[in-house]
Amino acid sequence: MANKTSLTQSNVSGWGFALPAFALMVTFIILPFFFAIWFSLTNQRLISPNPANFVGLSNYTQLLSVGTILLEPERDEQGAIVRTKDGEIKYPRLRKFTRKNPDYPNIQGMREWFSWQTGPNDEFKRVILAKDVVFIRALKNTFVFVLVVAPLQAGLALMLALLINQKLRGINIFRAIYFMPVVVSIVVVAFLWRLIYDGNNGLLNNLLGAISFGWIEPVDWLGQPSTAMGSIIAMSIWQAVGFHMVIWLSGLQTISPTLYEAADLEGASKWQTFRFVTWPGLRNTAVLVLIVITMQAFGLFAQVDVMTNGGPLDSTQTIVFQAIERGYGKQDISGGSAISVLLFLIVLSISLIQRYLTRERHA
Amino acid sequence: MTQSLVNSDRLRLFVRYLVLTLIAAIFIFPLVFMVMSSLKPSQQLLIDSGSLRAFLPVGDISLDNYFAAFQRAPVGLFVANSLLITGTTVLASLFLCSLAGFSIAILNWRGKAFVLSAILATLTVPFETIAVPLLLMSSKLPWIGMEGLELGWLNTYRVQIIPFIADGLTIFLFVQYFRDIPKDLVEAARAEGATWWQVYYKVLMPLSGPIIATAAILKFLVMYNQYLWPLMVVQEEGYRPVLVGLQYFFQLNTAWGEVMAYLSMITVPVLVFYLFLQRAFIASIASTGVKG
Repeated sequence: MANKTSLTQSNVSGWGFALPAFALMVTFIILPFFFAIWFSLTNQRLISPNPANFVGLSNYTQLLSVGTILLEPERDEQGAIVRTKDGEIKYPRLRKFTRKNPDYPNIQGMREWFSWQTGPNDEFKRVILAKDVVFIRALKNTFVFVLVVAPLQAGLALMLALLINQKLRGINIFRAIYFMPVVVSIVVVAFLWRLIYDGNNGLLNNLLGAISFGWIEPVDWLGQPSTAMGSIIAMSIWQAVGFHMVIWLSGLQTISPTLYEAADLEGASKWQTFRFVTWPGLRNTAVLVLIVITMQAFGLFAQVDVMTNGGPLDSTQTIVFQAIERGYGKQDISGGSAISVLLFLIVLSISLIQRYLTRERHA
Repeated sequence: MTQSLVNSDRLRLFVRYLVLTLIAAIFIFPLVFMVMSSLKPSQQLLIDSGSLRAFLPVGDISLDNYFAAFQRAPVGLFVANSLLITGTTVLASLFLCSLAGFSIAILNWRGKAFVLSAILATLTVPFETIAVPLLLMSSKLPWIGMEGLELGWLNTYRVQIIPFIADGLTIFLFVQYFRDIPKDLVEAARAEGATWWQVYYKVLMPLSGPIIATAAILKFLVMYNQYLWPLMVVQEEGYRPVLVGLQYFFQLNTAWGEVMAYLSMITVPVLVFYLFLQRAFIASIASTGVKG
């Protein structure tokens, strides 16, 4: 019993104390994770009389297949372009190519995602198709959400943290208020903001109307594709920015006061102090804040479920919303699992990028 | 000269407070709106939201919406369910995760490195990615209850509690905390003949107040605000938590006054709790940032 390791060496106690929690984690986190991978390779359903079959990667190809086709305008006997009454160029119907057309095996069963005019006189139409247009839109929307929310929320949170880091009487009261929405459930917040965003009598419309003396017309914020996602973004930032303010604050407080005193003695301006003292001291916090926001943002679900249900016109569909709609709503466990695995792969690549970035900083 | 200096200092201070207050208004207005609206008849609520009256307790003020909310839905049941689920999970989590954290931080055992890396790996798995397979698993898991062996965990309390007891973050917080406790304390207790169990609950746990508070607050927030999972696994009214209970208030014509009363009832107690324990709440969120 002389050396230190043997003093604390105990296989029985060690396993005994760790096992209850570890067994729960294996059962309810690790096992379902491997099940997700397995189910995504089968045609498993929640309730089914038939046993599930192995189907390889077909769930994934179903979700991710995209194709393209160049449509030529329809021409009459003289070779002139046929136009509709409104002057629009007439194209052959997409169905002719995507339904049982052996000449176009790559785009069988696909639907239009989006298109644009092309060619020397803009007479052609390039159409991008996808097998699962709704999921592709969900993927795109989620990435837009993350790419807007991550920098915006991180930046606003930093500004709030700098504001709160001042030595002022009563500053803790303001800190407590800024943090308040974090404590409130996102579901409750989403319900409240549904009223705020309301198209007829919503607080936001009334406020905008009042400050512009009626110049700004009421907008149905959640009811139209162009504003729905933006509204969800604004609300999500409002709810979570206090969380990241606190993480920035704890980063700010690790910066030694002597550095600020030195900067003061050198006569540095406020901006110079921030640029050369504060910001370098916050680098690791910055990476952390961005990663946490990104991971949270990829999980976007409750706001959509409460406020828009993915609509209007799929403009607020998200990855998790689709995973739940299929896995739970349509009882399609395999489809929902495949989406979940894709989400995991995305989140994993982001945490690998985080490791890479932080490692470089330490070197 | 000095006079104007003092004035400009005062002005600067005033501007600072003005900015801070305006920002505070942005964060607080929906919550004030919620509470004030809960006191008004639905008709007046909608009209008031056209002006600053939305934030003031004016007009026909009463607690009628609260009584109506209790009429419309079993509010007491939902609150009791949430408290039961949250309370049980928090307590079980504190116990089992601190025990595992103690084992990993203090003891040496074969396979520890593997267990720790598996636990840390789960931090990269968002719950959303395992919800769907966990739903299928839960529909088939066995349970030994009053009537002997039964299959399926859907529509129960246990399906809302047991999967959330152990999590990587809580264990990790305890591991970190225990590692910083001086080894001499543990060695002294061992030298006096204490068992490992006694070291855990007589030496370490009494020193762990701050980390217990942190872990409890984080778990409380996660559990009380559960939405996605109970939505999937609970169809029976008897087991519903507060947020899923919200569905009762959105039938054919939504009575907004009652909605606001219900939202206030499930939110304000948490906010009051938060305001009392503000420092602990904020410290616990800050500690999740340590892992970077």
